[in-house]
Amino acid sequence: MNDATIEPLGEDALLLRLGRGIDPALNARVHALVRRIEAARPPWLREVVPAYASLAVFLDIDPCTDAGVEAFATAGAWLRRQLDAASPEDVDASMQVPATTVEIPVCYAPACAPDLDDIAAHAGLSRADVVALHCAGDYRVAMVGFAPGFPYLIGLDPRLAMPRLASPRTHVPAGSVAIGGAQAGIYPRASPGGWRLVGRTPLALFDPSWPSPCLLAAGQRVRFRPIDEAAFEALQADSAA
Amino acid sequence: MSIECLAPGVATLLQDAGRRGLRRHGIADGGALDPWSFALANLLAGNPAGAPTLEITLAGPRLRFHVAARIALCGGGIEAECDGTPLPTSRPVAVPAGGVLRLGRCRDGARAYLAVRGGLRVVPVLGSASTDLRAGFGGIAGRPLRSGDRLAIEGAANVDSVRFPDWWIDPSSDDRPRGGDRVVRVLAGSDATAPPGALFAHAWQVTPASNRQGLRLLGRAIAAAERGERVSEPVVPGTVQLPPDGQPIVLLADAQTHGGYPRIGHAIRADWPALAQLRPGDRLRFSPCAPDEARAALCRQRQRLHRIALALDAKRALA
Repeated sequence: MNDATIEPLGEDALLLRLGRGIDPALNARVHALVRRIEAARPPWLREVVPAYASLAVFLDIDPCTDAGVEAFATAGAWLRRQLDAASPEDVDASMQVPATTVEIPVCYAPACAPDLDDIAAHAGLSRADVVALHCAGDYRVAMVGFAPGFPYLIGLDPRLAMPRLASPRTHVPAGSVAIGGAQAGIYPRASPGGWRLVGRTPLALFDPSWPSPCLLAAGQRVRFRPIDEAAFEALQADSAA
Repeated sequence: MSIECLAPGVATLLQDAGRRGLRRHGIADGGALDPWSFALANLLAGNPAGAPTLEITLAGPRLRFHVAARIALCGGGIEAECDGTPLPTSRPVAVPAGGVLRLGRCRDGARAYLAVRGGLRVVPVLGSASTDLRAGFGGIAGRPLRSGDRLAIEGAANVDSVRFPDWWIDPSSDDRPRGGDRVVRVLAGSDATAPPGALFAHAWQVTPASNRQGLRLLGRAIAAAERGERVSEPVVPGTVQLPPDGQPIVLLADAQTHGGYPRIGHAIRADWPALAQLRPGDRLRFSPCAPDEARAALCRQRQRLHRIALALDAKRALA
């Protein structure tokens, strides 16, 4: 990883950049590095925040002490060594680790999927083909961001890629399963948003009262399973209970 | 044993020191936007650092104290009166049971903090009392204060009238001379501008679209040195983003966790209090800053806070 860079991100974090693309192999290298850093648990580590091709390492240090200043320098040098030591074999091994798969039920009925027809027309496919391709995908959570619990998913069939709306919606319902360019995602909570909505899941993705507040974590695998409106309503009632 | 909200103000939010270590879940840090005024208010109220306060935006609420309390108001030069007595900021104030505190406009900034001795009792969510407005949790059900809300507080003894001492503290977060536009110091970011230093070349105006997530600025549009598509990377409070329209956004405490715009700098922590006090229409300038200088400014600010804490301890020991 000789092309990898390390730079400060504000005053208490460092940004490690492995590349600049949305690419499953690159993202897998990011997750391998996250695991390596978290497993070593250096004393100054607050948190590692992965992204598509980079990760931020937040440091828990007091910049107003000599020890803090020293820890910052130590952390930078240590992270540089982790970058250099992350050999391709290492990464291959980590990619073979079977990540947990989370199955997400999705209702593709018109009421839940306002942009499904547009996606089908854009791709030159039928609605049923779009649903089949969307459900056939083997997705990986590249990162969680934008909003609490929002998963950015890699693995969308390229035929389903479609640019975002020219003007974002002011209201996207919670659970909306969406496509933004080549990316897929799920809106955990009603919010404005510019991605194309292809379906809706009754599952809750974020709840601050859960021991771990998000359903999905970076690195996990995701599969979508089609459900009808009756199942959607039943599951939504379960979710709310 | 509570404070009752009679009128909520523009946007009054429960805030403490915020959440740390949850950015990988997409959860913002949150917390008091002006950490300096927040810390002063808690110091003056005699609270531990980081106790929950009310963060008042532009114009404040009207509150009835159902129990006597010791409070402090800091930041924004907020107008205040209690039962007809005008109240100063940056001092401890005693409010009798039944007292009605009327908070007016912020005359010299955008945000004020009301600390109540013993703290405002709130059930923490994910380790903090802070309201995350965008995600809808924390504080009071993830929303601003409303009329009729009651906040539990610890009552104070021996208060029968509105009282405050005849001393005050210098509430300035900054030891640089003031005058003219605010100057916010910026560390180098990941992206350069073309020409280099374009961010520093002229003044920027704060637009009304600004909020706790970020200050949106308006000025002569600037460009990133490298154009083209980018992939989202982590961002942090203080990050200066440059969207395609060439008008920078300075991310604040409620900053999202990832962003795809070029990042042309990072506003230094010591200047976050000043950023939090900027109002729509205010002007600011940026100046380049080295990491050592950022650290020195932050440590000087902490030392000022420490000296104020020592002076308050001495006052209390003598009282």
